[in-house]
Amino acid sequence: MAMVLTEDQTLLKNSAAEFCKAQSPIESMRDLRDNKDETGYSAEIWQAMVDMGWTGAIFPEELGGFGFGYQGIGLAMEETGKTLVNSPLLSHAVLSGSLIMCGGTDAQKEELIPAIITAEQLYTAAIDEGAAHDPARIAMTATKSGDGYTLSGEKKFVLDGHTAGQLIVAARTSGNAGDESGITLFLVDAKASGVTVTRTHMVDSKNMANISFDNAPATAVFGEVDRGFAPLNQALDRARVCLAAEMLGGCIEVFDVTIEYMKTRVQFDVAIGTFQALQHRAAEVFGEVEMAKSVVLEALTAIDEGSGDVPLLASLAKAKLNDIYHLVSSEGIQLHGGIGMTDECNLGFYLKRSRVASQTFGSSRYHRNRYATLKGY
Amino acid sequence: MSTETETLEEFRLEARSWIEANYPDALKAPVNPGDIPNGGSKQVFHHPDAKLWLDRMAEKRWTCPEWPKEYGGGGHNEAECKILREELAAQNCRPALAGMGRFMLGPTLLQFGSEELKAKHLPRIATGEVRWCQGYSEPNSGSDLASLQMRADDQGDHYLVNGNKLWTSDANMGDWMFCLVRTDFTSKKHAGISVLVFDRTDPAVEINPITLISGYSVFYETSIQDLKVPKADMIGAENEGWAIAKFLLTHERVMISSLGNTKSAPTSMSDVAKKYIGEDDGKLADPIVRDRIAQQEMDDEAFMLTSKRYTLMAKAGESQGAASSFLKHVGTKFAKNNMELMLDIEGHQALGWEGEGFSEGELTLARAWLRSKGYSIEGGTSEIMLNIIATRVLGLPKA
Repeated sequence: MAMVLTEDQTLLKNSAAEFCKAQSPIESMRDLRDNKDETGYSAEIWQAMVDMGWTGAIFPEELGGFGFGYQGIGLAMEETGKTLVNSPLLSHAVLSGSLIMCGGTDAQKEELIPAIITAEQLYTAAIDEGAAHDPARIAMTATKSGDGYTLSGEKKFVLDGHTAGQLIVAARTSGNAGDESGITLFLVDAKASGVTVTRTHMVDSKNMANISFDNAPATAVFGEVDRGFAPLNQALDRARVCLAAEMLGGCIEVFDVTIEYMKTRVQFDVAIGTFQALQHRAAEVFGEVEMAKSVVLEALTAIDEGSGDVPLLASLAKAKLNDIYHLVSSEGIQLHGGIGMTDECNLGFYLKRSRVASQTFGSSRYHRNRYATLKGY
Repeated sequence: MSTETETLEEFRLEARSWIEANYPDALKAPVNPGDIPNGGSKQVFHHPDAKLWLDRMAEKRWTCPEWPKEYGGGGHNEAECKILREELAAQNCRPALAGMGRFMLGPTLLQFGSEELKAKHLPRIATGEVRWCQGYSEPNSGSDLASLQMRADDQGDHYLVNGNKLWTSDANMGDWMFCLVRTDFTSKKHAGISVLVFDRTDPAVEINPITLISGYSVFYETSIQDLKVPKADMIGAENEGWAIAKFLLTHERVMISSLGNTKSAPTSMSDVAKKYIGEDDGKLADPIVRDRIAQQEMDDEAFMLTSKRYTLMAKAGESQGAASSFLKHVGTKFAKNNMELMLDIEGHQALGWEGEGFSEGELTLARAWLRSKGYSIEGGTSEIMLNIIATRVLGLPKA
């Protein structure tokens, strides 16, 4: 039970923290936005992450990975969340990597995981089709065509959709929207005919795209036809928890910055942190952040231990972090007063990030519904 | 194996076989916390074997194993006490003795009390002969306990005590009381407090039960008029009682946590909801209630995981200064939230006061909901907990 970090984990966390603070502080994200950067992330920072072994963190040594586990990558993600580092780490290493590990054959793992680790080209997953995340509602169709399949339909808000070279696409080979069975996972080259990518410029300045498929050819099927929902959900749970870890970093950063502000901002001849009403609000938020830490640690550990409770804990972690990041980022703005509303102040970035991250891989409503279903009511 | 380890292993085996031979079969069922004896002249044992168990453990000197032998304890060191706890737990034994004497007054006397006080009171706690209660809060001193005003006037060889205490639990069951009094009215409030002990049944001490909004309670108000307390019955030095009061309070927490593994499993809100609201296609028929239950179960789990994390941190030697304040405030907040949701789920049925038309569970819930409003007040209000977190943990400036 890794509620308390091991020495190795502490080292990893500290080096990730130093890297993010020194090499990719929040100003880097601001610059990417201000310069309307085409790729939306820094190639140098991404390469540094690859060099540090982050893209190999969750994979076993037999496949060329470093075996840090999800606890390891979770610690790195938490640090990236503190400075809002733009990178394809979540979509490429965590989501796509997990999809291949959970859904692929041994041959596919041996072929593709090394490619994920070296990151010569980026992978991402195209899952959602509407405004809200709801994988069972996938309607996009995959039609048998000769030996393979062609895909037609619309995918929305694909993480890093406009920079990915390879797309793992969830489409329907049978059944109707709402059915969990009948979903299949395909590999599609982003440059294939029929694939049109339109970048969506989000409020949090991070990368998403809408992708339309018009009889686009799939190059591979992951696992069994019609049985893609289970591995899809397993991989999504891993992505949910790692995203929750990133969100935890954001919560901690906003909280720390806000407490510091309350100690230094003077109005009415005292630091505003002297006022009891604000003290109590800060203490309440403190409690919420403490609980956020606990649910993320528990979920990351459960994944690495292969626990049967992962789906429940993933929904718990995602829902709680949605709500807590929402609270902390909103309180952060309010407690900073007018300055919190300026673009010059960094707090707005966290507010924006919290709401986008909240919708990614499932809103609180989605996860409370799932949690209740898993618990039998 | 070293001699020390051998001796400990021998002790373990001795403990194990003694417990096997002496733990009464009748007590092998799960216990209600209320059935664990606190001792005293008014003790009513829920089962004769509970008295038998207490007597046997007292004779073996294992009711207070860590206390010195000359005061009725077992004189056991930490390692031996740990072994004893493990062996008792392994055979699912209920505690033989609980209460303020065992967990609060005893350690306090050992730390601060005179030889005379230790010799007089400790053995009678260990045998269960005497039960203790406390006199702390007053009508005008709750959160601001240090402002207490019960006076103890120096009359030469004794103190003359006058004043009122509030919220004494089980005063009617207590034989003796330990009480915070003011011995100096001129100094700063923390510096004029002393601790006295006296016979609670003295005619100068009048107790009256406090009825709560939930009905019957264990609380009493205590009115003291011209009680004479010999000087020898002061714990520690005059005007040095505040430190002793704080020591007592930290031990109160140990006492509360020792009851931990006797708590019953909480009711499943979703099971109750299925009964009162029904199901639609395998899901609770009211989606709003369903969502609220999920929300609260998530809150409860997040809280429980944090409590677990703090325990692990403590074991690993990492401090978490906010732990007790957080656990008190958030734990009571969530417990109250759960009560309110249960109330809402059961509708009118949860709002019966007594009599026909309600199940026992429903009547119990109504009282429990009312009683739960006190959780965020007693033992340190939530507002005090938030003050502590803000100023001592987050370092925000004091006004």
